[in-house]
Amino acid sequence: MNALQRTAVVFRREFRSYFQTPLAAVFLVIFLFLAGLFAFNIGGFYDRNQSDLRPFFQFHPWLYVFLVPAVSMRLWAEERRNGTIELIMTLPFGVADLVIGKFLAAWAFTTVALALTFPMWITVSWLGTPDHGTIFVAYLASALLGGAFLAVGAFLSSLTKNQVIAFVLCAVACFVLLLAGFPAVLDFLRGWAPRGVVEGLASTSALTHYESMMRGVIDLRDILYFLLVIAAFLVLNIFAIDWKKSD
Amino acid sequence: MATRIVARKLEKRFGHIHAVRGIDLEVPAGQVLGFLGPNGAGKSTTMRMITGFLEPSAGTIHLEGIDLAEDPIRAKRTFGYLPEGAPAYPDMTVEEFLGFIANARGFRGRDAKDRVERAIGRVNLQSVRRQAFETLSKGYKRRTGLAQALLHEPGILILDEPTDGLDPNQKFEVRELIKELGGDRAIVLSTHILEEVEAVCTRAIVINMGAIVFDGTPAEMESRASRETTKNRMDAAFRAMTTGDVDARTSKGTRR
Ligand SMILES: Nc1ncnc2c1ncn2[C@@H]1O[C@H](COP(=O)(O)OP(=O)(O)OP(=O)(O)O)[C@@H](O)[C@H]1O
Ligand SMILES: [Mg+2]
Repeated sequence: MNALQRTAVVFRREFRSYFQTPLAAVFLVIFLFLAGLFAFNIGGFYDRNQSDLRPFFQFHPWLYVFLVPAVSMRLWAEERRNGTIELIMTLPFGVADLVIGKFLAAWAFTTVALALTFPMWITVSWLGTPDHGTIFVAYLASALLGGAFLAVGAFLSSLTKNQVIAFVLCAVACFVLLLAGFPAVLDFLRGWAPRGVVEGLASTSALTHYESMMRGVIDLRDILYFLLVIAAFLVLNIFAIDWKKSD
Repeated sequence: MATRIVARKLEKRFGHIHAVRGIDLEVPAGQVLGFLGPNGAGKSTTMRMITGFLEPSAGTIHLEGIDLAEDPIRAKRTFGYLPEGAPAYPDMTVEEFLGFIANARGFRGRDAKDRVERAIGRVNLQSVRRQAFETLSKGYKRRTGLAQALLHEPGILILDEPTDGLDPNQKFEVRELIKELGGDRAIVLSTHILEEVEAVCTRAIVINMGAIVFDGTPAEMESRASRETTKNRMDAAFRAMTTGDVDARTSKGTRR
């Protein structure tokens, strides 16, 4: 078996495991409910009289801050608690196969949740004439943001067997990743910090890149940013697992 | 390749705990090696290093001639491993779990199905095949763990307390299975039941505080008990080697 086949075996088991517990159902319901609630009530989906999905996408980062950790916390922490970590680490898998397979399964799961919001898209198309390109790019941005948060969470989950700790660490880390681009924070910094520093900080924030994509602009730098965050945390995850081996 | 497992000068430190102190081990095909020692002696730690779950602090491991540190994936194909406590995914059924193991071992489709069937038949899991692992009794959990380790018919089996927590009937069955498997395989099993060693093992190793204090046949081990002892001679020998009653602990005199 080559690395791709091994990763596929890990992916399949992991992805199916989401649907063997109530987790999948609970997650999907909460995600769809909150995404709708935010968009319609707080975002003023109807009041704006514009046929786009901005109010809907605007809240995804904040939704992900506590929903993504709920998915990622179990990735490694649960393997440690079940003792199955000893099993998968002694099967003929490489550490990278396990890390990537598990991450992709989690990402596929959150992407399925996101895809299930498609009635929103249908609704706006029915009510008006939205820019479909913009909506597509916004969906892509949301999926990438979810992936970046998951990669952070997977890494943090590999450091502990306590799922609550894994959850809290991930939520805080994702929050910080967003905060660096939050207008209030940036405005505060602009008062005294050099311009370059403020812009530099803003460009490390997931929020900055997410919002630029949400406007419907495909900028390679934004996509690259998310892919880099994912890659960096997967590499850290591999190191963390290897390091735990030698304790 | 006659010698299936070769471990040299294995060491493991966890912070300030020196769990394994220079263990050398060679297990040829056809040998059933019983790994004995008091709680915390370092049996599981040694097995975890041989199976690549833990990295040794020092020393080398070769499985079927493959260096575990150099080519871990290929080395891991050579053995089946039952970790202590027989862990598995709680929500998966026995069948699904074994199916995953078959895929992980590189079997697909028909081939994977056949392997799962054979493993289920071998350890008598037919009655619970569609039951979730977490709902199984201890005995069936242990058997599922054995089925998983056997599935690809490996030349090496490493079993950490395979009969722990089983009733006398199941213990008997598992021992019969291990004897049956013996043949051309190298089997390493750890246990706290000394009669088990006499029943199934062709060689016994006693480790105490991370070092080998005895290495020989079960009969030789028994002869280490003092002459006056008539009952439970294995137990007496074990105590003598691991509590320091007699100077059986100086490893020099006891190694082969
Ligand atoms: N991950 C770990 N971190 C720190 N110490 C550990 C770790 N794993 C094992 N140890 C220590 O290493 C020593 C050997 O433990 P090990 O589990 O190998 O013993 P054992 O011979 O299998 O015992 P038992 O018969 O109870 O299963 C013990 O002192 C144990 O506390
Ligand atoms: Mg043990």
